[in-house]
Amino acid sequence: MKEYYHSVTLRKDKCRGCTNCIKRCPTEAIRVRDGKARIIAERCIDCGECIRVCPYHAKVAVTDSLSSIEKFRYRIALPAPTLYGQFKNVDDIKVILAGLKKLGFDYVYEVARGADYVTAFVREALKDPNRKRPLISSACPAIVRLIQVRFPELIDNIVDVDSPMEIAAQLARTEFCEKHGVKPQEVGVFFITPCAAKMTSIRNPVGRKESSVDGAISIQEIYGPLYNQMNNLKEEDVVQMASPFGVGWANSGGACLSLGIDSYLAVDGIQNVIRVLEEIEDEKLTDLEYFEGLACPGGCVGGPLTVENGFVAKNRIRKLSEKAKGNPVSEKELQEVAQKIQWRLDEKIPPKPVMKLDDDIVEAMRKMEMIEEIYNSLPGLDCGSCGSPSCRTLAEDIVRGFASELDCVFKLREKVKQLAQEMIELSEKIPGGKKENERQE
Amino acid sequence: MGGNNRSIEQVFYIKAGDFASAGEASSQIKKTLKQLGVDSGVVRRATIAAYEAEMNLIIHSIGGELKLKVTPETIIITAEDKGPGIPDIDLAMQEGYSTAPEIARELGFGAGMGLPNIKRNADRLNIQSKVGEGTLVEIYFDIKAR
Ligand code: SF4
Ligand code: SF4
Repeated sequence: MKEYYHSVTLRKDKCRGCTNCIKRCPTEAIRVRDGKARIIAERCIDCGECIRVCPYHAKVAVTDSLSSIEKFRYRIALPAPTLYGQFKNVDDIKVILAGLKKLGFDYVYEVARGADYVTAFVREALKDPNRKRPLISSACPAIVRLIQVRFPELIDNIVDVDSPMEIAAQLARTEFCEKHGVKPQEVGVFFITPCAAKMTSIRNPVGRKESSVDGAISIQEIYGPLYNQMNNLKEEDVVQMASPFGVGWANSGGACLSLGIDSYLAVDGIQNVIRVLEEIEDEKLTDLEYFEGLACPGGCVGGPLTVENGFVAKNRIRKLSEKAKGNPVSEKELQEVAQKIQWRLDEKIPPKPVMKLDDDIVEAMRKMEMIEEIYNSLPGLDCGSCGSPSCRTLAEDIVRGFASELDCVFKLREKVKQLAQEMIELSEKIPGGKKENERQE
Repeated sequence: MGGNNRSIEQVFYIKAGDFASAGEASSQIKKTLKQLGVDSGVVRRATIAAYEAEMNLIIHSIGGELKLKVTPETIIITAEDKGPGIPDIDLAMQEGYSTAPEIARELGFGAGMGLPNIKRNADRLNIQSKVGEGTLVEIYFDIKAR
């Protein structure tokens, strides 16, 4: 069961079966059957598109509650840089970091600092001419999963440097334990997340055996309590460590900017990312060195679990990043960090070609013929009323055995008409029916 | 029907100069091959070749047909047009050689990569052409037993 853990889930009681979500899912993972949406677990990449689009808030991301930190004797908060952009009138990141401590965390480590290290590791990787180009950023877990499902040929392009969150988590735990002489398992490390996919990657990581993070609390959950703690700041013992580049990571293009290379492409919004990945796969972008794709509009600032409008947040982060105090990572520091933690993705990322019809090609061909035949008999309007995202997917669902032709409202109408006609004909045959009467006259 | 005689065929009609639809046929071909579960490396090579063949039809021909045929062992992509034909196939196969018209070059196509790129990606290639009659390009890919 572990393999299919998903943060994104349906609240069945709230779903009205309106079909708004089915067309927006980039992996065609949603169907509406019997008036309720259903997510096909193998296909979902936890991108959160459906959370954003559902007008009835029936799609939700399961994250940990703030009180769950109480399970641990010592607690560390890992704020995503996106958190910095959520609050009005904050002109120093330290205010937010101090607020987190007052909420009950013993230590706060900026994921933005993790991002500084990731940048340095990726810069090293880019020096290696033997690696596949373009190197693809591993930072957005929804995009990594998208590649597994829809672009398995590009798995080897994914850079084998872990995400800022994982790197920050390991450094935070090690530093805290060394300083206070406590055991690692006594410490709970919590990511403050703008996104559902991160939650999934904590429970069920790709590219590493186990996550170093113990849980994720959504920005929406922590916003209120944190806001209240940020009102009366006194001198707190917090250090702001991330560099301007690390803080800027939350914005689309932030990671590329910090790399300082010419030939990069930064794209946000999952449909846009798909278009570029198609081109990379078809070798149309041959001179590209680095590609950063972020599933959410605007980057992580546009994550589904944020509070503030992404564009407003983006601007605030830009301003805050100018004042960030951290230094760039020196070569010596990078070497020390590399010794201390597991920064490389050390497990192979497996392909998940869920779009294929069958493992056996002859069988797949047979199914494709059937799909073609059924598809040609459908109206081709892609209206979605059947609960499948398009006529072609309905045809696929029928062949896969998950739907019937009568799920199509047009087919159903034809059938009803035909049945009505048969009823009339039958009724005419009944003794005392119209024809009989005529004969008697 | 039945057994290993099974095959899938798809035909796309390509109009000359129709840059607005450029790439649609080859991306449908890619989708079909992925659904059939063809090895992803073979899918990639076949898609690149199909795209080049599609672009050749748009840029160089008066329009024609792009055909996909898949059997359990082989993928055959065929591009067929009724003209104008290639005067010197050997020359057209050289990297960098191009007869692309100005409009296509401005769009970044036809840098003389078409046929050489098809050849590089194909397992086998057959080209027949007669000036004034048309061109037939058959591109073969082996589906490796996995
Ligand atoms: S958008 Fe999807 S999940 Fe939301 S109510 Fe409509 S069908 Fe249900
Ligand atoms: S989270 Fe994304 S992939 Fe999963 S069902 Fe929703 S839209 Fe589809």
